[in-house]
Amino acid sequence: MSDLLSVDFMQRALIAALLVGTVAPMVGIFLVQRRLSLIGDGMGHVALAGVALGLVTGSAPVLTALVAAVTAAVVIELLRTRGRTNGDVALAVIFYGGIAGGVVIISRSPEGTPANLMKYLFGSILTTQRGDLYVFAGLAVLIAVTTWALRPRLFAVANDEEYARAVGIPVLPLNIVLAVLTATTVVVAMRVVGLLLISALMIVPNAASQLIARSFSSGLHWAIAFGLVSSVGGVALSYPLNTPSGGTIVLLAVGLFVVTAVVTSITSRLGGRRHAVAETHPHEHGAECGHPAVTHGDHVDYLHDGHLHAAHEGHYDEHGAPGGPADTHAPDTTTATTASTRGTRP
Amino acid sequence: MTAGPAPAAATSADVAIDLRDAAFGYGERAVLSDANLTIRRGEIVAVVGPNGSGKSTLMKGILGLNERVAGTVTLFGVPSHELRDRARLGYVPQRHTLSASVRATAEEIVSTGRLPRIGWLGRLRGTDRQIVARSLEVVGLGDRAATEVSTLSGGQQRRVLIARALAGQPDVLIMDEPTAGVDAANQHVLADVLDRLVERDVTMVIVTHELGALERLLTRIVVVDAGRIRFDGTPHEYAAARDAVHHDHDSHHHDLELDSDRALLARGPLDATHTDGKRP
Repeated sequence: MSDLLSVDFMQRALIAALLVGTVAPMVGIFLVQRRLSLIGDGMGHVALAGVALGLVTGSAPVLTALVAAVTAAVVIELLRTRGRTNGDVALAVIFYGGIAGGVVIISRSPEGTPANLMKYLFGSILTTQRGDLYVFAGLAVLIAVTTWALRPRLFAVANDEEYARAVGIPVLPLNIVLAVLTATTVVVAMRVVGLLLISALMIVPNAASQLIARSFSSGLHWAIAFGLVSSVGGVALSYPLNTPSGGTIVLLAVGLFVVTAVVTSITSRLGGRRHAVAETHPHEHGAECGHPAVTHGDHVDYLHDGHLHAAHEGHYDEHGAPGGPADTHAPDTTTATTASTRGTRP
Repeated sequence: MTAGPAPAAATSADVAIDLRDAAFGYGERAVLSDANLTIRRGEIVAVVGPNGSGKSTLMKGILGLNERVAGTVTLFGVPSHELRDRARLGYVPQRHTLSASVRATAEEIVSTGRLPRIGWLGRLRGTDRQIVARSLEVVGLGDRAATEVSTLSGGQQRRVLIARALAGQPDVLIMDEPTAGVDAANQHVLADVLDRLVERDVTMVIVTHELGALERLLTRIVVVDAGRIRFDGTPHEYAAARDAVHHDHDSHHHDLELDSDRALLARGPLDATHTDGKRP
């Protein structure tokens, strides 16, 4: 490993991986929430045209890619809000126009070898330049700060756009900001992940985190953890294995998803066999049901005819008699108060 | 019964919503037209009518979610488009379930209702969190704050949406079909929730296709059918107009429309598909 870190280009690639592994899932969770998982893929297509223009004109491909992707992001978001029927087709035209233009223009440029094209499409640990790194770091900080600052509102808009509009949250500007954040993430990730695989790093860590998360914030934290493990791990592995870094990163992310899916399904099956469902009753336990509320570990049980009922999905679980044998985490019965006098939740 | 509505005399500052010859729709096409309606603070108004009659269009028009084709909308004495503080209108949309594309807790959803009340870069402070917690308590979900919303029942999810609207501390609460598709146990809880809101003097406009348990809370009933407001009066007047049809006299009201309304209300032709079997 110390060997790995001493190699110059590996240092740069690992730093780039750290940056992209952090920001890609942060932006991606809102794309998943808005059911736009594939939009990053299209922006990668357009960014290729920007890279190609940079190569032909001799300017920095990272900057031309940024301009192309951000412009496409704004146009796409405007089309999405305006177009009702043809919006989808317009997106396809932009995306395929982008990648086709990119491939053709690159082939005409002095550096336009097929090997070079492969590096842009699927990522390479060799290509991150020192100058790129400063740009990436600046952009990554910008993405992270913007996403963090706007997170409550981005969540509100992605959760219920109509409601957000009704209470006066500026929906279109926020959606454009999210599109620009996506485009910027695409550019930060273009060296190590590659333009065709960027979207995967925004989406797959979130797909895995959604399997274990119980809240939006825990979902976000898990997604960043998965993103970091796959991006840094993928870059580190691609050196000894001599594989394209982008493909290695995404395979690692998919592997994490599969392992998480298997583990969660096994644990939920075991848990499902263990838990006892209480008898059904027509009323719902709550502050006014008349049954005493009992604090039980991390939740509230209701004392129903001498045994504890705990809400679980659409039914009540039997949590046994207070202090009884079925009671695994021993509720503190001294805190039991009648529901009617219980002011606040514990 | 409380004093009946007198739109012509309602000029004081307690007018929350005032529509004059308003028409709402999408693009140029008006779905609901010639709407004249004045709602004052403290009123509990039911907007009833068959499916597709324009009830939701009327609510969305008030909220500025569709296009106003004609007429004026005045909210709290200000023309609708000039009202900056949109959150004074609390909105409970007609949803059968909450978006389940990502995991979120009831508390996280309800917190979004608080956003209009905090600064752009700000976060929820202690008092905001208390208001969120209290909103969840009002709807009887105080013990479910940390529960992932997709594991809640349909009726509980509906109450999460009510709590979200309450978290913005609105002056008027606009609810679109809060009881549709909710099972019997939850309908009772929901009626209790509305009782509590009435006690807290929340002005409410409730779109519904059946008056049912709501009827005793109402100060006023508005009937919408075929894109027009057909009736606007107290529950007493509504009952009288309904009876007039049966006794076959005093036919200067829109008796035929009311009669057909009533028949449709009782059956709920489209809602029947997802609510009927579950009603008590």
